[in-house]
Amino acid sequence: MIIELGHFSLVLALVVALVQSIVPMVGAARGSAALMGVAKPAALLQLVLVLTAFFTLMYAFVTSDFSVVAVYQNSHTTKPLIYKISGVWGNHEGSLVMWVSILAIYGASVAAFGGNLPPTLKARALAVQGMISVGFIAFILFTSNPFLRIFPVPENGMGLNPQLQDPGLAIHPPMLYLGYVGFSMAFSFAVAALIEGRVDAAWARWVRPWTLAAWLFLTFGIGLGSWWAYYTLGWGGYWFWDPVENASFIPWLTGTALLHSAIVVEKREALKSWTILLAIITFSLSMLGTFIVRSGVITSVHAFAADPTRGVFILTLLAIAIGGSLTLYAIRAPRLQVGGLFAPISREGGLLINNLLLATGAATVLLGTLYPLVFEVLTDNKISVGAPYFNGVFIPLMVPLVLLLGFGPRLAWKRGDLAGALARVKVAAGGAVAMVALSLLINGAASVADVGGAIGLGTAMWLGLATLSEWADRVKLTKSGAFARIGNLPRAAHGMTLAHFGMALLIAGVSGSCAWKQERIQTMSAGQSVEIGGFTITFEGVKMVQGPNYEAGQATMLVAKNGKTVTTMHPELRMYSDPPQQLSYTNVHTTFGADLHAVLGEAQGATESFTTRFYYEPMTPFLWYGVLLMALGGLVSLTDRRHRVGAPQRAAISTGAALPAAAE
Amino acid sequence: MAETPATAPAPKRWPYVIPLVAILALGGVFVKRLLDIETGAVDPKLLPTVLISTPIPDFDLQALPGRGQALSRNDLNGEVSLINVWGSWCVACAYEHPVLMEIAATGEVPIHGIAWRDEPAKSLGWLAKNGDPYTRVGQDPASKAAIALGVVAAPETFLVDKQGVIRYKQNGVITRADWEHKIRPLIAQLKK
Repeated sequence: MIIELGHFSLVLALVVALVQSIVPMVGAARGSAALMGVAKPAALLQLVLVLTAFFTLMYAFVTSDFSVVAVYQNSHTTKPLIYKISGVWGNHEGSLVMWVSILAIYGASVAAFGGNLPPTLKARALAVQGMISVGFIAFILFTSNPFLRIFPVPENGMGLNPQLQDPGLAIHPPMLYLGYVGFSMAFSFAVAALIEGRVDAAWARWVRPWTLAAWLFLTFGIGLGSWWAYYTLGWGGYWFWDPVENASFIPWLTGTALLHSAIVVEKREALKSWTILLAIITFSLSMLGTFIVRSGVITSVHAFAADPTRGVFILTLLAIAIGGSLTLYAIRAPRLQVGGLFAPISREGGLLINNLLLATGAATVLLGTLYPLVFEVLTDNKISVGAPYFNGVFIPLMVPLVLLLGFGPRLAWKRGDLAGALARVKVAAGGAVAMVALSLLINGAASVADVGGAIGLGTAMWLGLATLSEWADRVKLTKSGAFARIGNLPRAAHGMTLAHFGMALLIAGVSGSCAWKQERIQTMSAGQSVEIGGFTITFEGVKMVQGPNYEAGQATMLVAKNGKTVTTMHPELRMYSDPPQQLSYTNVHTTFGADLHAVLGEAQGATESFTTRFYYEPMTPFLWYGVLLMALGGLVSLTDRRHRVGAPQRAAISTGAALPAAAE
Repeated sequence: MAETPATAPAPKRWPYVIPLVAILALGGVFVKRLLDIETGAVDPKLLPTVLISTPIPDFDLQALPGRGQALSRNDLNGEVSLINVWGSWCVACAYEHPVLMEIAATGEVPIHGIAWRDEPAKSLGWLAKNGDPYTRVGQDPASKAAIALGVVAAPETFLVDKQGVIRYKQNGVITRADWEHKIRPLIAQLKK
């Protein structure tokens, strides 16, 4: 009965979404406040209905109601509670319900907190949100109903893939979806602005916090997924350029570009149609990212069951959403009034290059991801595009971006002072050179990896120092009263510093682990030792242990450094019962600046010797600190007063006439 | 000049159409791919296995108690056969089972079973309840053969030729369409 309530709620939500997508749009066209006013209660009601459906499904999972197909296929009574809950979104149907739930949360937030938005823009943006809801709720109800029942009721469920039973992975999809779906706000505002025919500084100010929220969740979500792979897969890698990873990374790149170009719209009323295009593309890529792997069009190890009938529905939806918005763009964007032209040496000039590099980066990743598919469709031959392509094309694009990143915030708006800015990054440049020299001295220059690693660390040092010194100069850290100035500096400026510094740490982590990662794979019997990364690991043997839903061979390994025991590691080889699956549990010993992974493999024959693998990951922890700092930077920036106060309505009458021309 | 005066010529329109054209081209590729999947020309589930066109790895499995007909590598010589990896715990196998019964009924190809990670009594009970399509059945409780064959998840089915070389691998359930359009024609070809 409760299950049917959830189903019924979702059907009602579809009806409400239909009303939300039509009535306010008509109201905005006719200038009727009453019709436009429908948007707010509709968005709030939709949230209530969709959440009812979501929590109903969660109830079914928590109570192990196996009469529900989705529960039967993805859950099991012996599963710990947290994985029963995460089982809700660990499958195609449930994850879609979560997707529309988050969409409803964003929509309702705009309805509730968007009081200072111009009524027509708000009505139109909410109507566009309604349309997205209609599409995806219909998709759930017609092709992927999570409330489907089976009879006779099975005694127990089929269980969840044990590899997915991990706390990091349990919260990974919600974070990722908060990011993906969050970009729907920028999309809706962009489409609404195209319909209105007006984009101005105020519009950019309204769009920015939503983009920022989406960006920070996506950053955190991608980081979490990568961290999960690093800690559990037992190969020490964190990024594989898999289609599903790329699908989340491409919108991250365009979303990052959008975040920066919106600043230019806000400050200089320039890059308007480009920003609109980025908003449309970022959400389009997000939808593509969430759904393309489920249509069976692209195969991936991460994919949920692929089903071509769903594929047709998804593609139709995407065609309407993306094709429709881009058609509107083609018609309306040429009429958007252009703002001031600007000088190449200026803050906006720097942000433009940032956008070009990020967009090119996104395009190269997209190309590499889709190329095998396009190639196969056109020629019937299979090829694969792997890490060498991505590393070879993507990294050279990112190096100038990072160099610019240390420099750009120093340039003033409109007319930057190149010589002055150069003078002020001397310390950072010197630090970078010193870092390269130091790395070459310590690690040598014997291989390409050593040189590449040194350059990577130098780049990280450059960005880190440049970012910190820019912040220090801005608050005049060395002069009295610095504390007050730190407090007065807009939160957005602190956020930028944190995010850029996080990027520096990330680069350091990636460089270190790429260049100097070590691995040892061998057969060991009790008493034998292996040296790796300055550690001596002694294998003490394996005993059988019983876990909640698995039994495992657990190894004991003593880790010593300079003759002193540092820690004892216990990697396991687990055999899960429901479903039966063998899985190795990697034990990771982390120090502040490096990680040591130990993996237990199969027993060799009848003897007491086992395959063991060890990985030494120098500097990789910096990668995770970096991701956290970037997300934190987004969060700090989001709390900036300007976002809460909101922009005065139509702050600037949009043409460039109000602004002095930068270049004649 | 900074601003566009009202009398300026209309801005160029074509650059703004590029994104639309690009996405339409991409959409065309997606549609073609979906049609290919629909018609069976392309199978997205087909993971390329390194074992295709290689001799099947050596294994020697015991018979289920009381059933007889054990399964080893040497039993596969001289005839085209299907090897189906299954278990009584495997729900997807229950979906597949009626199709295996139909294939067995045609008499065109012997199906051998590998009872993977299962207790012999449960395997026997399952076969008694659902019917037994297998010629030989080997029990593989410790995944000896399954690991050699690179089995990821049951059911998986291998088509082996007269020389014991793997010619095709089905990941997941064999549907009637798989049998009619892929496996059956391949068997006919291999028998020649």
